Amino acid sequence: MFSPANTKGEPLVSLENVGVLRSGRWLVRGVEFSVSRGEIVTLIGPNGSGKSTSAKAAIGVLKPNEGRVERLAGLKVGYVPQKLAIDWTLPLSVRRLMTLTGPLPERDMRAALEAAGIDHMLDAEVQHLSGGEFQRALMARAIARKPDLLVLDEPVQGVDFSGEIALYDLIKSIRNASGCGILLISHDLHVVMAETDTVICLNGHVCCRGTPEAVSRSPEYVRLFGSRAAQTLAVYSHHHDHTHLPDGRVQHADGTVTDHCHPDDGHHAHGHEHAHAGHEHAHEGHTHAHDHDDHHGHEHSHAHSHSGEGRHA
Amino acid sequence: MLDDFFVRAILAGVGLALTTGPLGCFIIWRRMAYFGDTIAHSALLGVALSLLFELNLTIAVFAVAALVSVLLLFLQKRQALSADALLGILSHATLAIGLVMVAFMSWVRIDLIAFLFGDILAVSSTDIALIWGGGLFVLAAMAWLWRPLLASTVNAELAEAEGLRPERARLFFMLLMAVVIAIAMKIVGIMLITSLLIIPAAAARRFSATPEIMAVLASVIGAAAVVGGLFGSLTYDTPSGPSIVVAALILFILSLLPLRRHRAVMQGQGS
Repeated sequence: MFSPANTKGEPLVSLENVGVLRSGRWLVRGVEFSVSRGEIVTLIGPNGSGKSTSAKAAIGVLKPNEGRVERLAGLKVGYVPQKLAIDWTLPLSVRRLMTLTGPLPERDMRAALEAAGIDHMLDAEVQHLSGGEFQRALMARAIARKPDLLVLDEPVQGVDFSGEIALYDLIKSIRNASGCGILLISHDLHVVMAETDTVICLNGHVCCRGTPEAVSRSPEYVRLFGSRAAQTLAVYSHHHDHTHLPDGRVQHADGTVTDHCHPDDGHHAHGHEHAHAGHEHAHEGHTHAHDHDDHHGHEHSHAHSHSGEGRHA
Repeated sequence: MLDDFFVRAILAGVGLALTTGPLGCFIIWRRMAYFGDTIAHSALLGVALSLLFELNLTIAVFAVAALVSVLLLFLQKRQALSADALLGILSHATLAIGLVMVAFMSWVRIDLIAFLFGDILAVSSTDIALIWGGGLFVLAAMAWLWRPLLASTVNAELAEAEGLRPERARLFFMLLMAVVIAIAMKIVGIMLITSLLIIPAAAARRFSATPEIMAVLASVIGAAAVVGGLFGSLTYDTPSGPSIVVAALILFILSLLPLRRHRAVMQGQGS
């Protein structure tokens, strides 16, 4: 049974009492969290609460003025920054964007673009992409390099609601497919992925943490965002189409077992769209919304019928 | 009719233009045009210092330009003033100090116009060797720096998060700029160096699908501007440095003209 808590090995990155001081002002202080393989950690908080600062400290872009940041040696990071303005004078196609920080096999490039749903835009200039397409391209670029840790700073900005759901879906499938750790920064307090293992609510310091349900009910959260926000906090959850077995193999909804769960292995197909056509918003007190073990194998109308394809390496 | 000095001028100018192409692209992608101007203006201070201490001109200009670059990096980190204001101060301060120093040195008579606008027709074989040697060095360094520079042009934090070293790349790039300005000063002069960096790159933009193509095209367009400008200056008896810049400008304006074929391609992409 897959539960991130059980598979936690050595954390990919961990922050201990981290503080960042700029121009005599503490942007954040006393930040503590860690991200492990296969774990999704979401940072939420109001503007200027230090979400991006904390994430940048975690990946080493900002040097903390106090506290400690420990990263696994040789940690490969994929980063989608919050703001990215590409000057019009720079001719940059999606294809060229993909190899921005390192060379990439053509196959990996296409697989990542396909996973992000923009494989048809390989040769488009990035300046011509819409906000949502651009975010997808950035995400594809980050996952194509097969990072150990994926850091997404407000990945759904400029994306409409349905696009947002699709992007969260993509994030989930990235995690499930590659087993990388994900540090997600969300500007959107209303939709926090139920896939998130830990929500860290920041306001210059860590004001509360826990599962999405626990945070949405915590008095600190309600005080920070108001009771209306807490009421409307929708935890986006949907059913899983496969389960990670303790030995690292993956059991799919159709009962087959594979060593990995790559998005292109046929078990996932493109069934996500209908798999969660009616995704549920967890209600307060719905204690099972976050339970990974509840839904597998039996709630899937789209279960694939694989014949004779039991295992493939 | 091709005199010796004219061939030398073409060799020197083309060598320089090939070098400034890729650098110029980064200047416009990173919006550093004013930075280029500032470093170029500081060259006059280098000229004055080389006269005062009887140093090699190119080395003195490089030293001052490099110093100003590093000073800029340092001051920008302090964030006391906006980068724009800092550039304005350094640009005109170094130019003015250079002019004042030259005025004080009553024992030297220098042709200020030659330094400000260059004298490509006076280049020697040694100069040509320096231009091509230095140019090849700069191009090799740019090839080596290409990925971190390009990635940090898109986003410095992204480049750093993914294991490149944008700060180091930026420092090297500024030093390369200083090298190019030290080399270029004799040819197009202090006032016109930036134009040879920017105009060919801007003209190349529209015909480029990738950054790499744009860098190569900028070099080619720059070389064409040098050849065209020199022939123009020969024909109309105009000053050579400014003629090269005018030729580059004409190529840039031509690049803006709507080409029917190109437009059709653009529309095809858009739909």
